[in-house]
Amino acid sequence: MPPATDPDSVLIRARGLTKRFKELIAVDAIDFDVRAGEAFGFLGPNGAGKTSTMRMIGCVSPVSAGALTIFGLTPATDGARIRGRMGVVPQMDTLDMELTVRENLVIYGRYFDLSWAEAGSRADELLEFVQLGDRAGDQVEPLSGGMKRRLTIARALINEPDLLLLDEPTTGLDPQARHLLWDRLYRLKQRGVTLVLTTHYMDEAEQLCDRLVVMDNAQIVAEGSPRELIARYSTRDVLELRFPPGFADSGADGRFDGLAERVEVLPDRVLLYTSDGDECSAAVHRRGLTPDSALVRRSTLEDVFLRLTGRRLVD
Amino acid sequence: MGALRVFEHNALAYRRVWRGSVLVSFISPIFFLTAMGIGLGGLINRHSGGVAGVPYRDFIAPGLLVATAMQTAAVETTYPIMAKITWWKTYDAILATPLAVADLLLGELAWMVARLGLVCFIFLAVMEAVGATRSRLAPLAIGAGILTGLAFAAPIIAFSASLRRDTGFAALTRFVITPLFLFGGTFFPLDRLPLPLQAVAWLTPLAHGVALGRGFTLGGITAGAVAVHTAVLLFYLLAGAVAAYFLLRRRLAP
Repeated sequence: MPPATDPDSVLIRARGLTKRFKELIAVDAIDFDVRAGEAFGFLGPNGAGKTSTMRMIGCVSPVSAGALTIFGLTPATDGARIRGRMGVVPQMDTLDMELTVRENLVIYGRYFDLSWAEAGSRADELLEFVQLGDRAGDQVEPLSGGMKRRLTIARALINEPDLLLLDEPTTGLDPQARHLLWDRLYRLKQRGVTLVLTTHYMDEAEQLCDRLVVMDNAQIVAEGSPRELIARYSTRDVLELRFPPGFADSGADGRFDGLAERVEVLPDRVLLYTSDGDECSAAVHRRGLTPDSALVRRSTLEDVFLRLTGRRLVD
Repeated sequence: MGALRVFEHNALAYRRVWRGSVLVSFISPIFFLTAMGIGLGGLINRHSGGVAGVPYRDFIAPGLLVATAMQTAAVETTYPIMAKITWWKTYDAILATPLAVADLLLGELAWMVARLGLVCFIFLAVMEAVGATRSRLAPLAIGAGILTGLAFAAPIIAFSASLRRDTGFAALTRFVITPLFLFGGTFFPLDRLPLPLQAVAWLTPLAHGVALGRGFTLGGITAGAVAVHTAVLLFYLLAGAVAAYFLLRRRLAP
């Protein structure tokens, strides 16, 4: 599968893209470009507007306001043509319980107007690709969560799409299944397939995404590569200190002044964001503070995410 | 074209259950015609010389054919449609391809034509085998059954698309399908009902479907009557299809 469009071209362009459901504004005038061949991520807490955005890109949900083009085409008028070049892996499995594993792929190929023979041979290839060749004749229901996800991905590839949309592709999977899935997605990317995914797993975003945006409250609050975002919104190191229970209540705040670029006091821990964790740790001890434990680690996308979207719980 | 793909999907799924389905399609007319025709019909024929000038079995057989079409349509467009919308999300998967909501609806209705055609064909074959038809027009009763089934299928798809939970289906069976089966003209001539109930019965598709089917298997129906009954059934089909289209769109592509 060679890239269908030249690598620098913009595959998806959104300007002021908005989605409203009656009074609720799910997506609030966001701008972004996705270039051909890249892996582009939407990060954000639940309800941030990721899935609504994906459904508009998928040409299932009409755009409320703003401009959206995919392959240079407009969803409102060319929805069927756009969908014909796209594969979709939805958040919830939508596999066909009435059909076998292989039939799920074949009938899906028919929706894209493939001949029965072509759909059949692609189905066999794809079942090998996602390591489900030996389950071809089985019912879908008894498959494990990871197998169902892989089958869903295989199904999304039946039309050899230029663009693959993945909405939380690995939610609910065990580590083995996630890594196998990442491996398959990485191979697709190498073949030139453009990936657009949503996730709230930061390691997934770091593994897969060349570029990503962080969404919160229906808006984009940051954009860049994982490394750029860490550089911009966090520090190189994070020093995590644990103190005996009750420490935070006894007025911890002032005691860390000047030790780090940013200090976060949590009920069970204190986080010091600093360019040099070891040096910072030494400074903490010099100040006479004696944590139960001290851990120096690199900043991750998770730190960026929590800084940008807060620690409040979203249900 | 897209509708044909939805039809193919249903045909592929049906391959797994067709034997049982065909068997049931045979058993139902055999049981009903035996119980009602020989058992009940024997009594009626002895005491009142049949109904409308024909043996009771021949009177109810076309009514049962059309009522079976109604019930088949109701079964196929309630839980299975809700499953594809809500439980399995089959339609969401289909709408991620070049197919659109209109293809879903037309494909389901086209599939209903095939399912109803098979059910009505088998029913008529049993009727022919036992000699319950009295007109050369009898095969047209298959058409009456299909059209009646569609006149229920389209509005019930709309109903299913409007429901969040399946509790509404019990009410549909209890307050629509079963009363129509009992009072829609299948088992006795509608003029036995009090006038207001007659009027209600003639507002529903089943009465017209039964009148049409009976006219074909017993003979003697006028062209005008065929036109009126057909028009009522087409009205339900078209109005139901328009409602189903908009409700499916609101549900699947908000």
